[in-house]
Amino acid sequence: MSRVRILFAAVFAVLLAYAAPAIAKDIKIGLASEPTSIDPHFHNLSPNNALARHLFDRLVHTDENQALVPGLAVSWKPVNDTTWEFKLREGVKWHDGSPFTADDVVFTFTRAVNVPNSPSGFGTYLKGKEAVKVDDHTVHIKTPKPYPLMPNDMSTFSIVSKKNGEKASTEDYNSGKAAIGTGPFKFKQYVPGDKFVYVRNDDYWGDKPVWTEVTLKPIKSSPSRVAALLAGDVDMIAQVPTTDIERLKKDPKIALSQGVSNRVIYLHLDHDRDKSPFVKAKGGGDIKNPLKDQRVRTAISKSINRDAIVNRVMEDVAIKAGQLLPKGFFGVSPKLKPVDFDPEGAKKLLADAGLKDGFELTIHGPNDRYINDAKIAEAVAQMLTRVGIKTAVETMPRSVYFKRASRGGPDKTPEFSFILVGWGAGSGEASSPLKSLIHTHDKSKGFGASNRGRYSNPEVDKLIETALATVDDAKRQDLLAKATEVAIGDVAIIPLHYQVNTWGTRKGLKYKARTDEATMAVGVVEE
Amino acid sequence: MTAYVIRRLMQSVVVVLIMSVIVFFGVNVVGDPVDMLINPEADQEDIENAIRALGLDKPVGEQYLYFLKNAFSGNLGRSFIFGEPALQLIVQRMPATLELAIAALLMAVFIGIPLGLYAGLKPDSSTSRTIMAGSILGFSLPTFWVGLMMIMVFAVMLGWLPSTGRGETATFLGITTSLFTLNGLQHILMPALNLALLKISLVIRLTRAGTREAVHQDYIKFARAKGLSPHRVVFVHLLKNILIPVVTVIGLEFGSLVAFSVVTETIFAWPGMGKLLIDSIQQLDRPVIVAYLIIIVLMFVTLNLIVDILYSILDPRVRLGEREA
Repeated sequence: MSRVRILFAAVFAVLLAYAAPAIAKDIKIGLASEPTSIDPHFHNLSPNNALARHLFDRLVHTDENQALVPGLAVSWKPVNDTTWEFKLREGVKWHDGSPFTADDVVFTFTRAVNVPNSPSGFGTYLKGKEAVKVDDHTVHIKTPKPYPLMPNDMSTFSIVSKKNGEKASTEDYNSGKAAIGTGPFKFKQYVPGDKFVYVRNDDYWGDKPVWTEVTLKPIKSSPSRVAALLAGDVDMIAQVPTTDIERLKKDPKIALSQGVSNRVIYLHLDHDRDKSPFVKAKGGGDIKNPLKDQRVRTAISKSINRDAIVNRVMEDVAIKAGQLLPKGFFGVSPKLKPVDFDPEGAKKLLADAGLKDGFELTIHGPNDRYINDAKIAEAVAQMLTRVGIKTAVETMPRSVYFKRASRGGPDKTPEFSFILVGWGAGSGEASSPLKSLIHTHDKSKGFGASNRGRYSNPEVDKLIETALATVDDAKRQDLLAKATEVAIGDVAIIPLHYQVNTWGTRKGLKYKARTDEATMAVGVVEE
Repeated sequence: MTAYVIRRLMQSVVVVLIMSVIVFFGVNVVGDPVDMLINPEADQEDIENAIRALGLDKPVGEQYLYFLKNAFSGNLGRSFIFGEPALQLIVQRMPATLELAIAALLMAVFIGIPLGLYAGLKPDSSTSRTIMAGSILGFSLPTFWVGLMMIMVFAVMLGWLPSTGRGETATFLGITTSLFTLNGLQHILMPALNLALLKISLVIRLTRAGTREAVHQDYIKFARAKGLSPHRVVFVHLLKNILIPVVTVIGLEFGSLVAFSVVTETIFAWPGMGKLLIDSIQQLDRPVIVAYLIIIVLMFVTLNLIVDILYSILDPRVRLGEREA
């Protein structure tokens, strides 16, 4: 009898062992924003790019910390000043079984910049670059000038299949017909406004995902997203609101995954105009723009209690900032530390600048763009008012704010004097904020597009431009760090903090928090 | 009646035209869609290219004429965000919203009228008082709060119903809707009730007021005196007469259920038109906003017409053709 029982147990155990891998594992993820298309080249926007990574691969991939790792290219190197060579991975198959070759890469270069009706495409990363097929698994990419950021740029856009993409429109991708990638998941279903359903690609060349089926559901309303997680309708949600974090930490059914992002929240000041529209003398009269005085800018930075912002406003879900990117990223300076809170020092600097009685200022900011953005602007205003800079707050929806902040004034100049903004370094290294925020606003060179304070320092410009033409990584790193040090020394901008992102999962799951804020099923692991 | 309908239709064309001017110029005052669409890493040249590609470099007047020209051939513009025709986007999401609105309307009718009738016939009973107190709550509690509370209680705490989203759909007689599946019905119950709450209260109050007024009128007294059964008095003589204002209001309210279920759809992540509208407003997807509002105007005009025709059926004294519109 007992022998029979043992036999049964053994058979059962063997069956179980065989059955276990076959058990379907589904995961449902609640997204905070809705991707607008499955076509990976339709719109260069974070939710779309994160979605594209499920079905498609890029030549170069990025890990959780945006470090570059091999993707569809196994290695890359510059072969001369203006040519990079990418060796492609062999044996990779598209979801329809056809092989991946250099032709697909060359085709992607033409398609990614030329999608009809695309609101904004990948021209930013592809213009001036030409892809040439050397053999089936080697591609040369040529640029007119030396270009060190080639691998970074190659990590931004998905490679699509020439066979399936040549005649395909965006609609064909959305219907699934052309949604043939090399990625870890395959297309199953797309219900616009409701969900994306993908299934595992069992022939994936990389680490196979744990999940057999993935459902991505956009749930924009934050309380509803949290409720969906609590009710068990989804297994994970992106962007847990800071107000719910304390409560969810105590919930035994929920686990949180947190990580610092590449996004710095900072203040931009008017470095340009002698009479700035939102700067007034005490009592409301005209005043020569005091923000052009470095002592005043330093005083503003010293009067801000960054610890209080991080603890109180952000509920500890942020890290105080002293430069453009948190430590660990390429090109950050080891020397720069967050400015200490020093209201007495600030008052003294103001007195030195001849502004003993202070002045009046308005801070403008968005109220639906960054985590707690309006509350941060209010806190900053109160802190400045304490040292004698009487500060009013005006916040508005981002749809109105960014136009006014970038070009709402006369002759398309920035309208405001003192603004709260954020910057996420898409390329994952310091040249991204340096060239857009810090470099002199120069349309012909394409630099300073988001330099809304019109800060301009020829020394910094030169450092940035030299860095962007230096292929040697070590030298470039030093140049970027130096440029950051000089700009922060000038108080070109006032960094406040780096955002920390929070994902919520049911207990037993963990998300590898990403600095680029992307939410992807491959990053969800079982503990 | 045909002449009347034609005249009404011509009036609506004028209304739609005026509406399109107001909406088109209105949305063009607010912000700049390019800032919503462009990747922050883009440089000045990319930004200007995007502005040109969307036709936003042209004066507003010229943009409007271009829009009007296309509109006459049935093209209400292309969404900036999705790149698809705005009309197609709206039509795609319409079934989800319609089923939600119909479910809410049915609740309003089948819960509101009986309760209102009861409260009107027995105004002093404690049940009636409870009904009326409940209807005040239905009026005054904000929809988003009630929605969230329902999710907390029925989805999170009790786990009876799914928290968000639309359920599985099934096709029957060529109509694809989630009303035909159990899973779909489970999903629709909370959002529909949330949407219906205000309408139920409204119908209760209207029905009760109508009943209270009608029971004292001579024809009811006469019907009673004739010895008709109370059943017949209430359900034939009384109900038919108090239904006229109720039908008018329900007709118009159905319009607002379809057009402005924005809050409910957002909270329950319901993939309908309301969610599309609020997303489009937030992201300044101008073509979709304009197309949406034009469709809504058309819908209201049509609903009004239907209500007028129903009137003439319910009340033989109303003759549509004879009225000066």
